[in-house]
Amino acid sequence: MRSRNPQLNAQGELTHLLTLEGLPAPIITQILDTADPFVSIGEREVKKVPLLRGKAIFNLFFENSTRTRTTFEIAAKRLSADVINLNINASSTSKGETLLDTVDNLVAMNADMFVVRHSQSGAPHLIAAHLDATRNTHVHVVNAGDGRHAHPSQGLLDLFTIRHFKRDFSNLSVAIVGDLLHSRVARSLVHGLTTLGTPDVRAIAPATLLPAQLKSLGVTPFLDMREGLRDVDVVVMLRLQSERMKGALLPSPGEFFKHYGLTEEKLALAKPDAIVMHPGPMNRGVEIDSAVADGARSVILPQVTFGIAVRMAVMSIIAGN
Amino acid sequence: MRLEIRNGRIVDAANGVDRIASLYCTQGRVAAIDRAPAGWAADRVLDASGLVVAPGLVDLAARLREPGLEHKATLESEMRAAIAGGITSLACPPDTDPPLDEPGLVEMLKHRARMLNQAHVYPVGALTQRLAGEALTEMGELAEAGCVAFSQADHPLVDTGVLLRAMQYARTFGHRVWLRPQEAFLSRGGVAHDGEVATRLGLASIPTIAETIALSTIIALVRVTGVSVHLCRLSSADGVAMVRAAKAEGLPITADVGVHHLHLCDVDIGWFNAQAHLMPPLRGTRDRDALRAGLLDGTIDVVCSDHAPVDDDAKQLPFAEAEPGATGVELLLPLTLKWAAEAGVPLPEALARITDRPARILGVEAGTLRVGAPADVCVLDPAAAWTVARGALLSQGKNTPFVGLELQGRARWTLVAGEIVHGA
Repeated sequence: MRSRNPQLNAQGELTHLLTLEGLPAPIITQILDTADPFVSIGEREVKKVPLLRGKAIFNLFFENSTRTRTTFEIAAKRLSADVINLNINASSTSKGETLLDTVDNLVAMNADMFVVRHSQSGAPHLIAAHLDATRNTHVHVVNAGDGRHAHPSQGLLDLFTIRHFKRDFSNLSVAIVGDLLHSRVARSLVHGLTTLGTPDVRAIAPATLLPAQLKSLGVTPFLDMREGLRDVDVVVMLRLQSERMKGALLPSPGEFFKHYGLTEEKLALAKPDAIVMHPGPMNRGVEIDSAVADGARSVILPQVTFGIAVRMAVMSIIAGN
Repeated sequence: MRLEIRNGRIVDAANGVDRIASLYCTQGRVAAIDRAPAGWAADRVLDASGLVVAPGLVDLAARLREPGLEHKATLESEMRAAIAGGITSLACPPDTDPPLDEPGLVEMLKHRARMLNQAHVYPVGALTQRLAGEALTEMGELAEAGCVAFSQADHPLVDTGVLLRAMQYARTFGHRVWLRPQEAFLSRGGVAHDGEVATRLGLASIPTIAETIALSTIIALVRVTGVSVHLCRLSSADGVAMVRAAKAEGLPITADVGVHHLHLCDVDIGWFNAQAHLMPPLRGTRDRDALRAGLLDGTIDVVCSDHAPVDDDAKQLPFAEAEPGATGVELLLPLTLKWAAEAGVPLPEALARITDRPARILGVEAGTLRVGAPADVCVLDPAAAWTVARGALLSQGKNTPFVGLELQGRARWTLVAGEIVHGA
């Protein structure tokens, strides 16, 4: 009863971006390669190419986000698309309209692409399946983060960043640190790294923040941060949501920082040329020390720049398939 | 009406009958087998050549959604679906709106069911008022109104002190307690088994220990109270092992499994298929195999449909928001036969798990074709192939993970108290 990979069309081309799980390595590489020249567009005086002129892209945000929505908006505008932002939690669902009713209405307005952020895992899959069932296969879905499940454009920009600084995945050690249990960023990055052949992917967290079957994803869990950071090439810090800092998962942000916060002293255990990444927004002094965040090995701001290029690549590839 | 069911294969596990013969019914009861009673003249003859004549099926868990949830289903629609599935007796859990915690509600339900004159409905009363797990219900009054047992349905009883008292009280009056083992805190907010699939999909999970910790509590309380407990909807291999040990110890425990859990596991969630959002959650392949083995060796006594009709509006939502449950009464027979065929279980033994054994747990006169018993009969074609399709289902809830599956086995005629209620 398992369906085929719902983000590929019959020709095996990317028609939605829902998750990096099951996405073939050539498609991931194609996206990264396509993003490369887009980086320089942002440095031009006229920051625009006409690839998506006349296309209507709806940012459907059922969960608050400023950063992701803004980067998608910039990416779409640089591709010359028309962008419509909808913050749905404040409008129709509070009037009783269902998710799929909202989608049907926007399809009737001739939407070409939905960029979807939702608090529930699987919501973009539901929309993609509905578009398929209603024969609206010309409308594309980009998952901009669903629950704990996936944040594929973030995963791709993380891969782009790693490739930019490290060139090759086949001999890398990557450590992902923090709240993996609730992290869609971590899940997407893990799938991308393993698909591209990264031999050593590590998770560092207390047992309360590790998913039950992490090993099945090809990840080696470490409870001790010092042990887990030893000789890694890349350190990816995750954001700790404030509602999870005190309670049954963790006693306090201070104790979390003591054991799992990234400091210069702990970073010294990684390789001398290791890079430090963070999907943002950062909690300084909770998961990362300011000295590291602003330090020489931090590539956190380049991640943001690359994020726009990667999202341009995703949207232009999908719209062409 | 005098009815003759001619030349069918009569399979009556309760009495060790399995032979080609004719069955004679009159005045709502089985009058004779093999030879017609003296002076017999049939009003109607059903030719059952090549068919199986079995007791009507007995289903231990069919939600009819009345009272209160008629937008999901009604007594009419679900009873019609049940008899089409060959079911002639069914127990309905108390998780209606309001819950079945007052005799008036139970009497109304029984009355409505009697008016429809289809399957026999046996309400399971609420163990605690509003199912809130605080105060006991008037079990005596509820039993007089027609409740056959008392349960918390899918609302785990958080306070073990109240559970102990409820079991002691039920024991005092000989009431049976039905419990679905699920620890409240470990299952809170969870929507899928705590395995590889939930890890991949980022779904909040329910660990196996939610079942086993609840089971160990229940088993310990059975040991001290001596109350008879029926365990509903086992879902895990570890749970099956605990029940096996408890039965070996001689404790008064029986158990059932929902028909979905015999055939599916968490992998069937695929990419967030809400049809596979069930409660308890579908667990791993090892768990499914243990449930099948447990049903085979008798650790699990009964298969039930765990019928929970859900309307489309409640299903077409992101996985976690979609309401758990699936329609099942029309699938109980073919899915049980499918298990039997795959496990090499002879037909009479398979049918015993959906007729005689559940009737004994209910404590009602059903699940047998002995002379003098109520003529609740299912005449079925075990080889009839059909494909599960939304349009082919009579239940108002069209949602089931089995849509598209080809199954074998269908009721040709269903008789309740000697009257043909399904089949021309």
